[in-house]
Amino acid sequence: MNDPIIDIVVLALLVLAAAWSVLSTRLLRAVIGLAFASILVTTLLFRLDSPLAAVFELSVCAGLISAVFLGAITLSQLETDQNIVEQAKERIRRYWYLPLLLLLVGVAIIHKTLPSIPDVPVVNEDVRQVLWTSRHLDLLGQVVILVAGAFGVTILFKEARKHER
Amino acid sequence: MLTLFVLVPLLVLLVLNVPWSHLLHLPSRHFPVHAPLLAVLSLGFANVVFGLALPALQVDVELPILNQLHFGFVADELTRVFLISIGLVVCAAALVSQRALASETSQRNFYSVMLISLAGMNGTVLLSDFFSLYVFLEVTGVASFILIAFEKNLFAVEGAFRYFLMSVVATVFMLASVGLIVLSLGDTSFSAVQLALKSPGATPGLLKTGVVLYMVGLFIKGGLVPFHGWLPGAYSAAPSGVSVLLAGIVTKVSGIYALVRLVRSVIGLDPSLSTVFLVVGSISIVVGAVAAMTQSDLKRVLAYSSISQVGYIVIALGAGTELGIVAATFHLFNHAIFKSLLFVDSASVESSIGTTDMGRMGGLGAKMPWTGATTGIGMMSAAGIPPFSGFWSKLLIIVALWKAEHEGFACLAVLASILTLGYFMAVQYRAFFGKPAENVTTAKESGPGFIIPAVVFALITVVIGAFFPLIENSPLSFLLLNKALPW
Amino acid sequence: MSGELLTLYVAAIALVGIAGLYYLLVTTNLIRALIGVELMMKAVTLSLILAGRLTGHVGLAQSLVITLIVVEVVVMVVAVGLILLVHRHTNRLNARELNNIKG
Repeated sequence: MNDPIIDIVVLALLVLAAAWSVLSTRLLRAVIGLAFASILVTTLLFRLDSPLAAVFELSVCAGLISAVFLGAITLSQLETDQNIVEQAKERIRRYWYLPLLLLLVGVAIIHKTLPSIPDVPVVNEDVRQVLWTSRHLDLLGQVVILVAGAFGVTILFKEARKHER
Repeated sequence: MLTLFVLVPLLVLLVLNVPWSHLLHLPSRHFPVHAPLLAVLSLGFANVVFGLALPALQVDVELPILNQLHFGFVADELTRVFLISIGLVVCAAALVSQRALASETSQRNFYSVMLISLAGMNGTVLLSDFFSLYVFLEVTGVASFILIAFEKNLFAVEGAFRYFLMSVVATVFMLASVGLIVLSLGDTSFSAVQLALKSPGATPGLLKTGVVLYMVGLFIKGGLVPFHGWLPGAYSAAPSGVSVLLAGIVTKVSGIYALVRLVRSVIGLDPSLSTVFLVVGSISIVVGAVAAMTQSDLKRVLAYSSISQVGYIVIALGAGTELGIVAATFHLFNHAIFKSLLFVDSASVESSIGTTDMGRMGGLGAKMPWTGATTGIGMMSAAGIPPFSGFWSKLLIIVALWKAEHEGFACLAVLASILTLGYFMAVQYRAFFGKPAENVTTAKESGPGFIIPAVVFALITVVIGAFFPLIENSPLSFLLLNKALPW
Repeated sequence: MSGELLTLYVAAIALVGIAGLYYLLVTTNLIRALIGVELMMKAVTLSLILAGRLTGHVGLAQSLVITLIVVEVVVMVVAVGLILLVHRHTNRLNARELNNIKG
């Protein structure tokens, strides 16, 4: 199969999506760029023999987080057109050397090719089993943080009451 | 058994938040109004009691269900010191916060999140894995963000967000380092890394880079210079009880506990690491102390002083000896006590005259004798004046540095101590002595919610300081990590 | 995995991470700061899975990443909650000049 080609294309697209997300003038486009980057990362995770993580990444990052961001943007004021023009000028002043920086770093890294690493056979362990047997402490942590998140939402997202400080 | 430290707060949390009055069809006035506060207090107290009694409890008890719930928690002397500190500070913070919580719902929510913070911190000091440490630090962090922003005023929310931003950068460093550790070892537990670092010939470069990167993340979370930007803002903007919690224990558990644990259980005493600790520690000491002198807000003085004291702990680690680790741990415990004491007092002042701006204080000592006295004790302990506990821990640090032939740093520690004494005396004088300022004349001493924790902590400082020479051979010797002192 | 491909992976991870960090440091808009955070998280996720693939510990890496994703989603939601509170007070999201916090 065209093994390396797919990887190379997806990697390139990923960097472009990230750069586009950072450089775009409209907030909405930045969020869409982020979602697109998530989808590309999902593809890469599949290519790296990690289907379960890929599914999580897709549903949570590409889905849930984008929804949360879009919700946040909707709940707050959408930028007016005049705002955007002003901000665009500001941004060019501040962001012009990001592509340059990325290019330099990219070239510096690629310049020195890393040694080839032989394909280690995948250790025969089922993810679900690993999670349950050796990483159950993390599972406990997940439970606790989800509870914390529930409280966070309850406390922080409440509408202002009349006697709010 | 150790799992209970994390599970019990969660279970209590569950119980607290069940809508009992609906379920049992009883009017809510039949239920104790202060149930959430009592829950937090009893769990904090349990932390202290069980922390003290830990060796007796580690006998293998054959409990049917609990044996299934083995999460791989371990405890040693360092853990015990922290369990006790966590318990004490949580109790104090809970008591202090009581006054500011208006409605029953907000009480329940606030104390529930405090329980989560307790569970998170307990978990942090009981585990032995790099990645799990990250998970539980995030738990503690999230609880902290919510608590800081609890009163929803702009100042506090901004402080919380700034804390969040720096914390997340630290997280990225820590996760990147876990990636490096997985790459070189395939196992993220402390013991595996310790083994790999000891045995020669493995890929030390990659692993070492990973561990160093992890420590940089911890420096950020612990508020060490130059990553301390978030700290003064978060400490001063948070509600008073939350400041007690943050300054007394959360920042310590997040950053410093992990550093001490890494040195003790993973890295051992590496000379190249010592240099890093010495440098970072001394910069923090100096910057913290100098900045503290320029502040006009009491909470900010205390915040910068915390940065300075944490610098002391790190510099003790830099001594590179067993004594250094002992000194660091002991100073850590003492700092939890006297810094919480000072923040409790600042909360007391704030509730009494409505501000922490020292320009508007003066002559408080006459109106608030208990607060004034305990503040004096706390500040003298912080400055390292005998016979308070702070003196002994600072002495240990200086001795450790001197014996490790870092005399220059020892002198720096002494000089900074004098500086600390200077600004604290100035604060004490300005706030508590002299002519009463205009809004002070109507000030009254604060209620028991503030006085009790202040007095208890002041007593602890005094008792530990006075009886320090006897601690070595007493049941409290774990405070010194069961090591003998060099005299 | 061939050396060239590995280099490309590392380069991509580094670039995405740097872009995220840069975004976080430079932007004045709070939501954009979160996007920068998310980009950094993606870089780290990829690096963890890559490390797992290279050593064969695919199961371990995936477990770590799954936990990571769950934990970070909660952190993100709380952060968005904070941002909405800022917005409620100031009606803007460009509050990076947090003047009250300085000093």
